[in-house]
Amino acid sequence: MTGRVAGQVDASPPGAAGRAASRALVARYSTLAALVMLILFNVAYTNHFVSVQTLNVNLTQVATIVIVGVGMTLVIATAGIDLSVGSLMAIAGALAPIIFLGKVVPIGEVHVAVAAAMILSVAVAGALGWFNGWLITRFSIQPIIATLVLFIAGRGIAQVMTNGNLQPFKLDAFQWIGLGRWLGIPAQVVVMAAMVAAAAWTLRRSLFGRQILAVGGNERAARLSGVPVARVKHWVYGISGLCSGIAGLVVIAINSSSDANLVGLGMELDAIAAVAVGGTLLSGGRATIVGTLIGALFIQLVRYTLLANGIPDDVSKLVKAALIVAAVWLQGQGRG
Amino acid sequence: MRQASLIAVLARQGVLIALVLLILFGWLRYDNFLGPFNISTVLRYNSMFALVALGMCFVIMTGGIDLSVGGTAALGSVVAALFSPYGTLAGTVGGVAAGLCVGAANGFVIVRLRILPFITTLAAMLAASGAALLLAGDQSVSVSYESGFTDLGQGDVLGIPIPAVIAAAAYVVGSIVLNLTSTGRTVLAIGGNEDASRLMGLPVDRVKFLVYVASGGLSGLAGVVLASQFGAGQPVEGVGWELFAIASVVVGGTVLTGGIGSVGATLAGVLLLGLIFNVLNFENGLGWISLSAYWQSVIRGIFLLFVVILQSRLTLRDEAT
Repeated sequence: MTGRVAGQVDASPPGAAGRAASRALVARYSTLAALVMLILFNVAYTNHFVSVQTLNVNLTQVATIVIVGVGMTLVIATAGIDLSVGSLMAIAGALAPIIFLGKVVPIGEVHVAVAAAMILSVAVAGALGWFNGWLITRFSIQPIIATLVLFIAGRGIAQVMTNGNLQPFKLDAFQWIGLGRWLGIPAQVVVMAAMVAAAAWTLRRSLFGRQILAVGGNERAARLSGVPVARVKHWVYGISGLCSGIAGLVVIAINSSSDANLVGLGMELDAIAAVAVGGTLLSGGRATIVGTLIGALFIQLVRYTLLANGIPDDVSKLVKAALIVAAVWLQGQGRG
Repeated sequence: MRQASLIAVLARQGVLIALVLLILFGWLRYDNFLGPFNISTVLRYNSMFALVALGMCFVIMTGGIDLSVGGTAALGSVVAALFSPYGTLAGTVGGVAAGLCVGAANGFVIVRLRILPFITTLAAMLAASGAALLLAGDQSVSVSYESGFTDLGQGDVLGIPIPAVIAAAAYVVGSIVLNLTSTGRTVLAIGGNEDASRLMGLPVDRVKFLVYVASGGLSGLAGVVLASQFGAGQPVEGVGWELFAIASVVVGGTVLTGGIGSVGATLAGVLLLGLIFNVLNFENGLGWISLSAYWQSVIRGIFLLFVVILQSRLTLRDEAT
């Protein structure tokens, strides 16, 4: 910052630029700063906060939101939205046990059965995401409506598949994805980290990533400059479907059961909130995967902090609502 | 040319035609489908969704969206239940006032802080359902049965369920406001082109604020009906109402980018989606097939899919000509 006094009338370019830059800086790092402050607050006031257990609890709880949020970030980067993620989680979560419990085709070897279940259920979720992309590009339907179709029908499909019944199971060969550990780190946290890293690299460094941002920034311009807009959109919705499928598997593995009525319920809103708080523009063209991770961690830690200090979950909803609005408002200031 | 206008009429009246066909189908196929009991049950239950969808219709016509309607209805039902010992009027006013507050907060944040309606109302949904749970102490709140509050949801006037009368009145008012007042024309103008409306000197901010307030108030009213109909304020009810309402509005032919819309077609959309469940029940009653209740969301989804594809084909055709 320059040393100018606030009351100065002539806003010469360097001072204005400095202010604009500092506002952009505030906008960019406000969520991260808030996260750091929240952590410091907890270190000071919450008992037993600095422990591996606390870290693991928070990370395992946030993992599914981040996994879905990765796909959602890519979708929102193209100026779209995906409301179907929760329902796709339910479909993947309903399909996997049907396969590995051998309800349709009995499979003798347990590892083969589990591998088939995981691959097929995630692939089905991905294919349904691809279907979203097809609706959006082929018929020029708005993303919010196109994905509303599967939001409504998808959970119904999962419920019809299981007849609404709970599918309990106990199968270590499958449940590692929700309960296992790798070098002491919960497996879904490893999955989450790998997906965040892969998506962040894709968005920043790869041609596909540039194309995503180009489509979100200005679709017409992207089309005119030769970006395969339809293909890019198919892929982002397909990827969002794949991410939802994986998250669905994690959730049922943690619960040791699959309940089509509950798996992924309300996930679309959690994921969108994480993306928005993380600093991705909902109007497309600017996106940050790491921001989504920070946004999800921030929302999770707010909830944890309130709970750990004896404040009921209902109040934390109110606080969460205020924080989402505040975070998005702050980011808007940077562009003012 | 004549054929093109026929298709346009079909598109505009499609939901009405589908509704009439579905009713005819039910009337011919099932005994008692048009019996007084069934009609009154369907109207009583769906009037809550009709109220919510009416507010949503206005919001969507301005090009916005309101995701908070379900949470607001839950909050309205809890507040109404808490006020119900003081009489029907107190319960109703309390529930509607709670909804108006949520709507005013939405409108303020969207108009003054310029945050996207999607995010604002998403946050409002969290806040409203949190407030509902907090007020209710995490359980449903029984309404007072002495004060006559339950008549509002369970009683009849001239054989018509009171909730249906309330909803019908709301739609008449909504239709008048949309078609005969300058506020209504401004709603459509904003949805058509907000910048142009602003340049023309229309009170864009005020009307946008008002549609969110109206949506909140109608959701609160739906909550009042919910509480009196089921005898309890239900803080966890209302999940997914927003998307059901959006689906009804879209099936009714209101375009999501705003600027075009019809109040009557929205009501037809609500009844169409509501009757699917009813027809499913009757079909199961015949015993030929047995489809679980879960099929209703699948069928609703397919309906929505069909309508949006049809609409997009027609708009593409319009743009081509």
